[in-house]
Amino acid sequence: MERGMVKVINEVGLHARPAALFVAKAASFKSDIRIQNTTKPGKWVNAKSVLGVLTLGVEKDHEIEITAEGEDEVEAVRQIIALIENDFA
Amino acid sequence: MIKLKGIPASNGIASGPAYIFHHTEVGVKRETISDPSAELARLEIARNTARDQLKALKKKTETEASAEEAAIFEAHMMFLDDPSLLEIVADAVQTQHLNVEAAWFDGIETFAQQMEMMGDEYLSARAADIRDVGKRVLRILGGKDDTDLSGLAAPSIILAQDLTPSDTARLDKRYVLGFATAEGGPTSHTAILAKALGLPAVVGCGSALLEISAGTEILIHGSQGELVASPDEATKKRYEQLTGEASRVAELELKSSGDHAITKDGRQVEIVANVGSPNDAVSALKYGAEGIGLLRTEFLYLERATAPSEEEQLEAYNAVLNVMGERPVVVRTLDVGGDKQLDYLDLGKEANPFLGWRAIRMCLDRPDFFKTQLRALLRASPGHDLRIMFPMIATLDEVRRSKALLAEARQEVLAAGHPVADKIQVGIMVEIPAAAQMADLFAKEVDFFSVGTNDLTQYTMAAERTSEKMAYLADPCHPAVVRQIKRVIEEGHKAGIWIGVCGEMAGDPEAAPILLGLGLDEFSLAAPGIPHLKAVLREWSYRDAQKIAAEIINLENGQAVREHVRNHKP
Repeated sequence: MERGMVKVINEVGLHARPAALFVAKAASFKSDIRIQNTTKPGKWVNAKSVLGVLTLGVEKDHEIEITAEGEDEVEAVRQIIALIENDFA
Repeated sequence: MIKLKGIPASNGIASGPAYIFHHTEVGVKRETISDPSAELARLEIARNTARDQLKALKKKTETEASAEEAAIFEAHMMFLDDPSLLEIVADAVQTQHLNVEAAWFDGIETFAQQMEMMGDEYLSARAADIRDVGKRVLRILGGKDDTDLSGLAAPSIILAQDLTPSDTARLDKRYVLGFATAEGGPTSHTAILAKALGLPAVVGCGSALLEISAGTEILIHGSQGELVASPDEATKKRYEQLTGEASRVAELELKSSGDHAITKDGRQVEIVANVGSPNDAVSALKYGAEGIGLLRTEFLYLERATAPSEEEQLEAYNAVLNVMGERPVVVRTLDVGGDKQLDYLDLGKEANPFLGWRAIRMCLDRPDFFKTQLRALLRASPGHDLRIMFPMIATLDEVRRSKALLAEARQEVLAAGHPVADKIQVGIMVEIPAAAQMADLFAKEVDFFSVGTNDLTQYTMAAERTSEKMAYLADPCHPAVVRQIKRVIEEGHKAGIWIGVCGEMAGDPEAAPILLGLGLDEFSLAAPGIPHLKAVLREWSYRDAQKIAAEIINLENGQAVREHVRNHKP
């Protein structure tokens, strides 16, 4: 299993368009990918579910933890973190 | 026969069957089922149908309305296919043997309620979207018609509690004869949409409206704010005459709308259009617009992940300017605030976005972002009569800083080797009472004023303009507002600048003689209203209008003002 942490720098957090882009990226991998908001820890959701991601209430400057399990787990965590670090550019 | 009195929202007369628009409550039965896989297969089929409906709605909205409104259905499709939602539903069906309707309803509610409880405006709004998708699927599972407006199949009058942009986006405009709503004021979404479509509308009819059943024969009289259900013969005859006359008159008015609006005693005023996209500009000319008095630029900024580039904006401005040729085009710089969220700009959430950090206030705090728009405008200017207008101006300092940024942008454009028109008029929206009061000083800083009467009224009366309960405070004909407009026009003329009005008031035939009499130079309104406004102005003499304007200024309220105008029609 692959793990990673990243701080969300987007102004609106993981809402609206960024949430949709995040979920689309996660859905492009075969691995089972889950995330939690470590600023408000305790709840893990499926990273491929926009409803799940929205209910994490990730705002600007919150840190999220990502885990992936599957054949492309390393690439999945790397690319998702890159997406957030590049502010969805 | 039932007669209801509402608020006039858009002129015209229509008759036709009632189409009742309401979001049907779908009852959900709880049952134990024996074949979970057959149950889940039903859901699969229903979701496929729902996806097809949403795709069709999205496509229709893109062509008829805007990409902004179409994006709503994109989100609905994501919710429809959400893996976490589907997991919860499948689990309830497989392990608890719950019927799929109940399992789907529970799954939708799980997420909708979580989002509501997070105390976030954006997420609360998404909760409504999730339930909307939920109901769509439940309707399909129950074999019920899609009772939203897209189910409209014959020309009808739409009766509703109220209509939101996402409701009206779906309606087939070919089948809409007019609107009547129980709630809403004269500047509600329904009113603005009806005017843009050139259809009659009566709003704020009260809850009695909703007791009318589907198919009932309805007559509406937009400018009278009247609705009649199941009319008797005499009333029908009266309306038939009115309709016949109205359509003859409308035809004549449209024929002469290419001519100028000149009063009997020879005063000419400029009649221009309010537009929200390059497409609107083309139809504005057909209605006889002599230019554009308000180009809203929000369409460039909404529902996207990044800010529009200078090149992209340039292309959009060129599209409008090429349609208009040498006619004047007044472009309002970006006017957004906490009521509209942009992914790429943290506008924050405010308790009172209309009193908040918006429009020029926000743009001045983001000079680089603002200058991108200014540079694109300057680059579009050569060969056209482009005019730039700053919204939400309250202080002289704001005007000076805006002009300084415009000068900087001009230097940058020239340095990059692009030509810029020598003379570009710069003006402000007068929509904050502070600006109206200080009009004498502002007049020395700008080339024109455009009075935004919707906001000027809301800020003068301290009443949110979308509220039905306070619709009585939303009348721009109230002397408290008219006195300010009078001052703005007088002070502007003393300084030798021109003054326009670009709020709903400019398209209100009852307000026309008042604005004319106060000496207004330019009326800017939704294009379908132009032929009628020109006809109304041609009936008046400037001298009579001046007399009316002087008389109404001392009346008590908007109603008294309107009565006075009605009683003194030429």
